[in-house]
Amino acid sequence: MKHWLKPSSPSGLMLIVVLMFGFGFALVPLYDVFCEVTGLNGKTNGAYQGDMNVQAANSDRIITVQFVANRNDNLPWEFSPQQEEIKLAVGAHKKTYFSVNNSYDRAVVAQAIPSVSPPQAADYLNKIECFCFQQQPLEAGEAKQFPLVFFIDPALPEDISKLTLSYTLFDISERDASGGD
Amino acid sequence: MCRRLHLYCLALVLLLPAPLWALEFNMPVGVTDTSQSIFNLHMTIFYICLAIAVVVFGVMLWSIYHHRKSRGHEAAQFHGNILVEVIWTTIPFLILVAIAIPSTITLGDLYDASESDIDIQVTGHQWKWHYKYIGEDVDFFSVLATPREEIENRKKKNPNYLLEVDNPVVVPVHKKIRFLFTSNDVIHAWWVPDLAIKKDAIPGFINESWTRINEPGLYRGQCAELCGKHHAFMPIEVKAVSESEYEAWLADQKAAQKAAMAAADKDWSMDELVKTGAGVYEKNCAACHQADGSGMPPTFPPLDGSSIVQGDKLEHMKVVVNGRVDKGMPAFGKQLTAVDIAAAITYERNSWSNKTGDMVTPAEVQDLMDKQ
Amino acid sequence: MSAHAETLHHGPAKGFSRWILTTNHKDIGTLYLVFSLIMLFIGGTMAFVIRAELFQPGLQLVMPEFFNQMTTMHGLIMIFGAVMPAFVGLANWQVPLMIGAPDMALPRLNNFSFWILPFAFTMLLSTLFMPGGAPNFGWTFYAPLSTTYAPPSVTFFVFAVHMMGISSILGAINVIVTIFNMRAPGMKMMDLPLFVWTWLITAFLLIAVMPVLAAVVTMVLMDVHFGTSFFSAAGGGDPVLFQHVFWFFAHPEVYIMVLPAFGVISEIIPTFARKPLFGYRAMVLATASIAFLSFIVWAHHMFTVGMPLAGELFFMYTTMLIAVPTGVKVFNWISTMFKGSMTFETPMLFAIAFIVLFTIGGLSGLMLAIAPADFQYHDTYFVVAHFHYVLVPGSVFGIIAGVYYWLPKWTGKMYDEKLGQWHFWLSFIGVNLTFFPMHFVGLAGMPRRIPDYALQFADFNMLTSLGAFLFGTTQLLFVYILVKTVRSGKPAEQLPWEGARGLEWSVPTPAPYHTFTTPPELDKE
Repeated sequence: MKHWLKPSSPSGLMLIVVLMFGFGFALVPLYDVFCEVTGLNGKTNGAYQGDMNVQAANSDRIITVQFVANRNDNLPWEFSPQQEEIKLAVGAHKKTYFSVNNSYDRAVVAQAIPSVSPPQAADYLNKIECFCFQQQPLEAGEAKQFPLVFFIDPALPEDISKLTLSYTLFDISERDASGGD
Repeated sequence: MCRRLHLYCLALVLLLPAPLWALEFNMPVGVTDTSQSIFNLHMTIFYICLAIAVVVFGVMLWSIYHHRKSRGHEAAQFHGNILVEVIWTTIPFLILVAIAIPSTITLGDLYDASESDIDIQVTGHQWKWHYKYIGEDVDFFSVLATPREEIENRKKKNPNYLLEVDNPVVVPVHKKIRFLFTSNDVIHAWWVPDLAIKKDAIPGFINESWTRINEPGLYRGQCAELCGKHHAFMPIEVKAVSESEYEAWLADQKAAQKAAMAAADKDWSMDELVKTGAGVYEKNCAACHQADGSGMPPTFPPLDGSSIVQGDKLEHMKVVVNGRVDKGMPAFGKQLTAVDIAAAITYERNSWSNKTGDMVTPAEVQDLMDKQ
Repeated sequence: MSAHAETLHHGPAKGFSRWILTTNHKDIGTLYLVFSLIMLFIGGTMAFVIRAELFQPGLQLVMPEFFNQMTTMHGLIMIFGAVMPAFVGLANWQVPLMIGAPDMALPRLNNFSFWILPFAFTMLLSTLFMPGGAPNFGWTFYAPLSTTYAPPSVTFFVFAVHMMGISSILGAINVIVTIFNMRAPGMKMMDLPLFVWTWLITAFLLIAVMPVLAAVVTMVLMDVHFGTSFFSAAGGGDPVLFQHVFWFFAHPEVYIMVLPAFGVISEIIPTFARKPLFGYRAMVLATASIAFLSFIVWAHHMFTVGMPLAGELFFMYTTMLIAVPTGVKVFNWISTMFKGSMTFETPMLFAIAFIVLFTIGGLSGLMLAIAPADFQYHDTYFVVAHFHYVLVPGSVFGIIAGVYYWLPKWTGKMYDEKLGQWHFWLSFIGVNLTFFPMHFVGLAGMPRRIPDYALQFADFNMLTSLGAFLFGTTQLLFVYILVKTVRSGKPAEQLPWEGARGLEWSVPTPAPYHTFTTPPELDKE
């Protein structure tokens, strides 16, 4: 080992310091990977990319899916699921809507953040189409129906019979206006 | 002299905790199976810790007493023994294994995922809780009910000081209730000791916890995660009732929410509005804008003498209904009924030095809310 | 050669500039210790405000927002301003003396790392006078309370933390380099006194985790000012991530604040038991294991955050494991006392109190490690009681014990033993009166960080406040004792403690400005 790299020399120690500072930031992507693997915080994956075509008829295992809609920081939008609770067979594709209504007197851009509970179910809820994939701008007073198409992977752990999918709307108008940097 | 000082002080120290032990001040046993198993776990570990402390401090005090220079004790010169080191590494390890087994079992029970009977979404807000019964069309805010006079020491404090809310969350006994936690702003934590539930409410994400309450009763709790200024003032009340009472309560709630809509159509007098408004103001507005309307500049503007409050009615209504998201003013249109909002606005416009003399009717507010 | 001789024989520079320009390890050690004493009193004043408000239920003295500023600043100042600099001060004085080195390896860096601190803390304290007030989000500054919902002063908080971090890192580098390169000829690593060993391990912890703290405050800064979303779900981040990164720093930080105290106690107990330390190797090994384990237990601070079962179990088991090496340390101290020939001068009293009260804090720590039970303990006064037991009668008593122990060598004067005994007993009673009742209110359901509480907690809170006032005022006696010693203490002997061993006692009393300019000869035992 070169002498200046030794952990007993000031420069070697500084190197550790710099590496650990970098490690602090590296924890961010590491954490994301960790969440994806464990479903921590009920984070769901992006759009479903596979080609599963299992149909409802193939299974008689019925799962209750609940929908919850939240507005962060009292974002002045009406936001509610069209159905609060639906029952469906694993593997069956299901389309449902969330109604939104911008009751504010100016245009607002919102981003919906999904979260699934129990978290170990997060990996088995696959979204084919979701309004949470994009930022959603609404004009003052505009109302809309947000579609969601999803299915439950039949590999969902046996002990789970009910799961909740929550969307929280965040106002990102300012972030968006400043170029999202 | 020094010896006497030691003895006196030591006696004093040993006597001090005595009154503390005499009182029953321990973790509540609680009213669910899990809270009881957590309590048992707590007591088991406590006794193990106590036993360890007695043995360790016993040996120490014994040698402090006997192996003193003043008693003429000569120091031995041994300085290590591998065997003892191995023994006192192994024994604690075995004790830990003994503790870990029941802990793991209890923890496993808490993660039970079997189907729940009732699902309630709990949302933390700065500084109140919102409850929504999923699939039942019932939801409401639950706000601290302790009057400000008591907090500010102008009135005698009642026994439930800071642990009382206006709308407790009502649940039936013997049913599996699943709570879903999330937050509207910062991280809160929903904690009811008697149910042994403490779970963080995190903005953007949901968490869950479940309970099955064995005994009817009123169980009180508080927010456990620092969430800003009024962290101490957002308590929780869980009212566990029989199933039939629960069904009746649920029906009442649905009726009451309909009635609230109807109340907007009733004719309200100025006096009625101001009187109702004073209560609404104290619960929802006074925390920031203060009971005397002086606010807390620069964060929370004063309402006393405010140009909005003394100005155009419609503008005032818009601010209250829609909020000022950029300034931290919540959109109360989503939280309060038209009656409450109209009353609070009327109260603000006719209090302190604000003498506008005008009145905002619930119908006007409802109109504004419907139009949007 | 002539320049060399000159540096050998000159004494301290005259006047105030001596303290600003000094590169002498003893001067810098003194600066650190005096600084931390001042910070102890500033942080103590804040604790005084907190306890005065909590004396009775109801809001009396301060508004909730100011109360939150007090709890936040109290935590930050005590940790970064009082405890950590005090240990660096002890290291500055003692490490060179104990390993037979003439000074620290990097004397100018040493001066720099001290002088950052007064600026960092001036900046931090100035936030109290800013619009919106000082940081009010707790010393743990959880996002988004410290980002989206923070007062404007959060920016100054971030920079102050950066400066403290740089100071600690540079100090730690200096300690490591000194220990590795400047030991007296023939002194092997396993000959190092235990205080030096614990500091070496602490220094490695510091350079490993202070950069992580720097990273996390940088992320907070970026979220506040540069529109990033590390900790905001809105932009794809996660507030829980903050807690992971923060506790990855802050758990080892806990050991940073206590390992050097272990070292001090391991020096004092053998001296006053007149018997060599029992199980030296086991002690070194136990310290190293504690340091290692401290990196894999962080999420036990987050049991209620909603982790998968496997995560809870992992962090519960690893946390419980820490009890093993900690137990080994306690057993070794007691075995050192066993069959000794003990006397109970002030340093020994503080050291014994350390063992007893730290063990109580350790045992409540074991209780907190049990995840299901932690659902009830978490964020209550039980936790407050626990960490104050390890930090006040733990770290702070360790520091006070060390100061009494080495004061005769530093100043050449003996402190007033009788006053020292009073100081000890009043502190001991005060500390227990303050923190013991907190266990009960916590178990009974009192959350931490609240300015007002329900009526059933009233009696214990009053007791706690009285204890805190007693403990706080007692420390004025400490200052009096220190001043009296320096001004008019009786001259101390070359070896003030009969049973003391080690190189630091081989130098004259008071320790001259320059020591070990020629390396000492080690007598082989």
